[in-house]
Amino acid sequence: MHLLELLSFGPDGWGGQLLSGTWLTIRLALSTLPFGLALGLLMALAKRSRNRWWRAFGNAYTTIFRGLPELLTIFIVYFGGQIALQKIVSLFSDAPVEINGFVAGMVALGVVFSAYASEVFLGAFNNITRGQYEAAYALGLRPGATLRLVIVPQLVRLALPGLANLWLILLKDTALVSVIALEDLLRKTSIAVRVTKEPFLFFGVACLIYLALSMVSSIGIAAIERWANRGVRRAS
Amino acid sequence: MNWDALATYGPRMLQGLVVTLQLVAISITLGALLAWPVALARMSRSRILRGISFGYMYFFRGTPLLAQVFLVYYGAGQFRPQLEAIGLWWIFKDAFFCCVLTFTLNTGAYQAEILRGAIRAVPVGQSEAAMSLGLTPGLIFRKIIVPQALLIALRPLGNEVILMVKGSSVAAIVTVFDLMGVTRLAYSRTFDFQVYLWAAVLYLVVVETIRRVWDKLEHRLTRHLRSA
Repeated sequence: MHLLELLSFGPDGWGGQLLSGTWLTIRLALSTLPFGLALGLLMALAKRSRNRWWRAFGNAYTTIFRGLPELLTIFIVYFGGQIALQKIVSLFSDAPVEINGFVAGMVALGVVFSAYASEVFLGAFNNITRGQYEAAYALGLRPGATLRLVIVPQLVRLALPGLANLWLILLKDTALVSVIALEDLLRKTSIAVRVTKEPFLFFGVACLIYLALSMVSSIGIAAIERWANRGVRRAS
Repeated sequence: MNWDALATYGPRMLQGLVVTLQLVAISITLGALLAWPVALARMSRSRILRGISFGYMYFFRGTPLLAQVFLVYYGAGQFRPQLEAIGLWWIFKDAFFCCVLTFTLNTGAYQAEILRGAIRAVPVGQSEAAMSLGLTPGLIFRKIIVPQALLIALRPLGNEVILMVKGSSVAAIVTVFDLMGVTRLAYSRTFDFQVYLWAAVLYLVVVETIRRVWDKLEHRLTRHLRSA
């Protein structure tokens, strides 16, 4: 009874706090996704580029951000971003700069996401045969229309399983932003633990909330996959 | 370059790197031992065994490693009298051992999934051929299925080692002085951003080394599969 009271939404309960933390976790993951996807696609294009400098840049980017611990990337973006911003601002004024934790977390997680996503996109590009481009050319489609009508729909379908995996990883990685004082689910839970001295209960509940988030995601992913695979005939 | 800071904290960061490698080596090894029974239970005919192993794998693969570390490290404090009574408190009072325990449980779940996938990926013709040669089921599993499954599992296992090196950095948050922990300490004392970049270089060197060694290992172990 006492434990349920702690989790309730009343004045003595922590339910509301946990809920607001969960909401920030979801918002962070959702805002990282488009940023990471766009950057990942750009990096995949760089790695496919005819210019060797672009290729080298894309490969170095992937190697670095897939090799660094996510936690370290977050610190580097957070503290490094702070210093860089301070230097830029100090050219114009003496005002102290405070970097926004949400933006720093979004950039750091997005950069990591894009490094992995670029490999997924690259694999998907390699799975689209040259015949597709040739057929589109034979139909008289312009390059832009070819990309939009022929290549991208197939790219989405081919990249989807890999990207779905990355989304689930991203959801878990958001927990790391709690170390840069962002009030996400894990941070709110830690605060609740400090006050109530019930670590096992609260961290257990936090884990279950993360599990619930990935379960809901899996359902959504299955629906998107059904949509992307419409019109594809199966072998059996 | 900040040479003063490098002279002061460089050696300590290398010590931290050793702690990181210890954490990873112990957890990966214990996790590999744990993964076998879990993978077998996951594929067993008993519904109870399947259910338990599924629940374990789902929990540890679906929640953040940091949350798991908090659950074990802070959560165990609540059960101190009970843990003292059974003589296990010395594990849970030490942040390093707590991390080893959590990382083992975490990587055990991932490695079990890798093993399960690899075992299922061995073509059914292999065990049929072995059966027609009159081999017993146990022998087929040990001599025919497992060696081929391990080859399939090699690459994902290498990725898992790299993920563990990166993931082990969360130990720093519960006061373990691994590479990340020493780096955070050095930054809090010097306020010199460079220390993070040195740590980045060290992590990259470790990850690249593992990747290359693993490539060599795979190349050597699969030499019988390549035509001359």
